[in-house]
Amino acid sequence: MPEDLNWAIGGEAGDGIDSTGKIFAQALSRAGRHVFTSKDFASRIRGGYTAYKIRTSVDRVESVVDRLDILIALTQRTVEENMSELHEGSVIIYDGERTTMKDFEAPEGMIGLNVPLRRLAEEAGGAIMQNIVALGAACEVSEFPIENLDESLEKRFGAKGGSIVENNSKAARKGQEYVRENYDLDLDYELETTDEDYVLLNGDEAIGMGAIAAGCRFYAGYPITPATNVMEYMTGRVEQFGGAVIQAEDELSAINMALGAARAGARAMTATSGPGIDLMTETFGLIATSETPLVITNVMRSGPSTGMPTKQEQGDLNQMLYGGHGEIPRFVVAPTSISECFHKTVEAFNLAEKYQTPVYLAADLALAVSEQTFPPEEFDMDAVEIDRGKVVDDETVGDWVNDKQQFKPHALTEDGVSPRAFPGTKGGAHMSTGLEHDELGRRTEDTDMRVKQVDKRNRKVQTAIENEDWSPREFGDADSENLVISWGSNEGAMREAMEFLEEDDVSVRFLSVPYIFPRPDLTEEIAKADEVIVVECNATGQFANLIEHDALTRVKRVNKYNGVRFKADELANEIKAALDEPVEATA
Amino acid sequence: MSSDVRFTDFKSDKQPTWCPGCGDFGTMNGMMKALAETGNNPDNTFLVAGIGCSGKIGTYMHAYALHGVHGRALPVGIGAKLANPNLEVMVAGGDGDGFSIGAGHFVHAVRRNVDMTYVVMDNRIYGLTKGQASPTSREDFETSTTPDGPMQAPVNPHALALAAGGTFIAQSFSSDAMRHVEIIKEAIEHPGFAFVNCYSPCVTFNDVDTYDYFRDSLVDLKETDHDPTDKDAAKDVIFDTEKEYQGVIYKNEASVPFEDRWGISEDMSKIESKPPEGAMDLVREFY
Repeated sequence: MPEDLNWAIGGEAGDGIDSTGKIFAQALSRAGRHVFTSKDFASRIRGGYTAYKIRTSVDRVESVVDRLDILIALTQRTVEENMSELHEGSVIIYDGERTTMKDFEAPEGMIGLNVPLRRLAEEAGGAIMQNIVALGAACEVSEFPIENLDESLEKRFGAKGGSIVENNSKAARKGQEYVRENYDLDLDYELETTDEDYVLLNGDEAIGMGAIAAGCRFYAGYPITPATNVMEYMTGRVEQFGGAVIQAEDELSAINMALGAARAGARAMTATSGPGIDLMTETFGLIATSETPLVITNVMRSGPSTGMPTKQEQGDLNQMLYGGHGEIPRFVVAPTSISECFHKTVEAFNLAEKYQTPVYLAADLALAVSEQTFPPEEFDMDAVEIDRGKVVDDETVGDWVNDKQQFKPHALTEDGVSPRAFPGTKGGAHMSTGLEHDELGRRTEDTDMRVKQVDKRNRKVQTAIENEDWSPREFGDADSENLVISWGSNEGAMREAMEFLEEDDVSVRFLSVPYIFPRPDLTEEIAKADEVIVVECNATGQFANLIEHDALTRVKRVNKYNGVRFKADELANEIKAALDEPVEATA
Repeated sequence: MSSDVRFTDFKSDKQPTWCPGCGDFGTMNGMMKALAETGNNPDNTFLVAGIGCSGKIGTYMHAYALHGVHGRALPVGIGAKLANPNLEVMVAGGDGDGFSIGAGHFVHAVRRNVDMTYVVMDNRIYGLTKGQASPTSREDFETSTTPDGPMQAPVNPHALALAAGGTFIAQSFSSDAMRHVEIIKEAIEHPGFAFVNCYSPCVTFNDVDTYDYFRDSLVDLKETDHDPTDKDAAKDVIFDTEKEYQGVIYKNEASVPFEDRWGISEDMSKIESKPPEGAMDLVREFY
């Protein structure tokens, strides 16, 4: 079990919660501590409860837990919202001079630190710095060397010039001194620092970075929570490498622009969330039928319809697997962690081009809005390989023409993959269409050719199944009779849940599946196990249904669909309950 | 390279299935001629077609072509042009494709002003589905789905384009081959989004907007004192519902294409087999 500290700042949207949390997270990261952050937020610009939570340890952390040790509460509601996570000894930092907090008293057993955040900030140069005063107070509580904040403040405010960094640094120290002088605390946190140097990023950023590394040069999208950050990340960065980010008028346009760019030979991507996938599904069949490589990122959120736009869910699996009329060959890849968002994006581009097939990259809100620390080597650019598949040029285009010198973009090949000629290639002009077509790409209603082209497209998938590695990621005790299977973002919570389970002598073998289609055949693993539990964030068990179908057996299910991701301790209890093990109430 | 390219090089060996006499023949021939005469060839041309009778043009012309989904041809063209600005991008579709299901994309393509040519083969009817009202059908035009006429104002595509900040707005007629080619050539050479609405009569389902009707009523702006660079004059032409016009209605000579304003100039198909130089800086940014 990592010796972790769980910290949060909460208030109203517009209170600068995010930036304050980020400053603290970066300070911890720069001090060589691991950090995992999460956010509670609402779909509005101002007002409404919002919080930024940090879990930190010298060991790697990759999940949230149901426990809060230090809370900076700018509003009364912040305390109420987090009551179930607060425990005896939790510290609540608040400003009793704030009108709405003047009657606040810390719940019994907890430690309330009444710090005049606003007044101290004004003394340091401006009320706007009151959150920074609170950070200083938190440093004192956790015995975290306050100097580490300075670098983080420099990163945040350095570009603004003047005395802003200096004033903020002063504000932090005022908070620290106030607590030191007015409270006699002995909490034993002592956040130690290390010499490690970590990078801190979220899943959307990792996807964007993966895309650029993989040679993606064209991005078209339409803003939607929680995928907007992919677009914002790429904006201003992909241009440095000769690319462009285009904000389209809607998702219909976005995917068609990406399709056009891909036809022109660019590695292209769009990212959206469920409602956008609904719209893009119209063009999805065309992409597959015209054999155009494209990566479509779906950062899932709660559905259906507008659902809960700022809440977690893995409810779009069926949509990505089956969406669209007719039978559409496709790949669905689901990164299982924030760093895997990077690696799987690279893989998605290679799969798309090698097999000229659209790829859904299925991330979710839990990955998108969480930040995690990694050693920079985790994103090794030298290890990234770009495989463009069967692209012909002016010289080789002649290998793929008929007796009339016409290029065959849908040539019937053994592996199902045809040659690709980018516009501009001499002698490669051809058409492609969403209509069923012949080898030249021209419309046909010939029944034999129809069957041949359908088989050819399906053969590509078969070739991919045979040639690529679709293995799950394996953790835990390989010989355990208890098998837990999950897909996508639940990996972090489950890995940490296993540590809780180990404490209670419950062993599990955990298979984290990043490939939804094609996917690994887990029949043998399931047959070997006494108990099989499938964990996912949806109500109906969409992945569990697939597993049952594949292995022709029934599995137990652990589902969560209240809009909040799995927490490690909570998940451990859910697994125990599924295994009929006694469950103790947590703090 | 232009001199040895003939317009027939843009012709595929697939025989059109359009009805004999369909306006789309003339529209397409003019597009092929204009492409050849402006120095293009099938290998540098990217043609996007919509859905409907007009959408079949992608099959009958020889170029790099994509026959897309209904109403979304313009975004495909935009994506292709931005990914490789060296390409000559031409988008063609019908009035349903452009002004009904694709009306939103039309307005935004106009305001985006990417350097490409959009030819709408406007026959004021849905032909391929056998005769229903189109967005440009007259208010009292009786069809199988509008027995008493649509009873709603037809879309005025030129007005839409002008309102959206269009930089090249023109009208041609498929049967006036010489003028049609001239207008398309001017559209191709215009730096920005060039919109050419082309009257392409449907001889099977539209007995109102016929060849005879257009021949009798069309006023050629070239033969008037119309100044296409004068926006107010263009407005007068566009809102004159008494007459039909052909010619360049409006042309903004100060037009700068989107890609130039955004500094997009590279052929994005050209990438190395490893991440671009400097990619590691992206990681360092997260310290």
